[in-house]
Amino acid sequence: MAVEVRIPTILRTYTGGAKAVEGSGATLAEVIDSVERTNPGIKPRLLDGGDLRRFINVYVNDEDVRFLGGLATSVGDGDVVVVLPAVAGGA
Amino acid sequence: MLRISQTVYDDIVAHARRDHPDEACGIVAGPAGSDDPVRFVPMTNAERSPTFFRFDSTEQLKVWRELDERDQVPVVIYHSHTATAAYPSRTDVGLAAEPDAHYVLVSTAESGRGDGPVEFRSFRIVEGEVTEEEVEVVRDGS
Repeated sequence: MAVEVRIPTILRTYTGGAKAVEGSGATLAEVIDSVERTNPGIKPRLLDGGDLRRFINVYVNDEDVRFLGGLATSVGDGDVVVVLPAVAGGA
Repeated sequence: MLRISQTVYDDIVAHARRDHPDEACGIVAGPAGSDDPVRFVPMTNAERSPTFFRFDSTEQLKVWRELDERDQVPVVIYHSHTATAAYPSRTDVGLAAEPDAHYVLVSTAESGRGDGPVEFRSFRIVEGEVTEEEVEVVRDGS
């Protein structure tokens, strides 16, 4: 079950500069684990204490996973996962 | 230094006034490697808050995809402060994820939604370090 995972510029230090890497798994959590195996260090930048970090957006097929099942969101062969740091701040 | 056209400058200020007292936010895109902010893209503040902003995530994905397709980057990332100075807050610095962007802050604390003066300042934010830079507003076409 190959899934394409698109990596934002700021996290490409973990992927040897690659804009996209291949992952596998039936859920987003499994895909992230598989990406961590080939690109060590990236998982802690995406997760904090078992949840997605608040200011990291993750999309499966263009849907924000916060509106799907979060880390339990199902993924299938050929799906595309996009990671984007949120643009946010506060006074 | 940030060099920005009068039109884009006015667009940013108008957006900040319009959304006051909530924070306004958006980007100005430009060709990758050009440092030339030409395409004004106002974004929805999903927080609709006077003290916080966050780009709507679905809109951000759409806009970021357009950037890729056009070989553009967010040259400027702007937002407004509506009760405080146009200087990056600790939260702004902690969440800044684009070391190549000019972070523009506009303060509508004095003007509100009216025509009064606004503060317009630009910063680089790299690994938690804030450096203010000069803003040069150029007349269109020059």
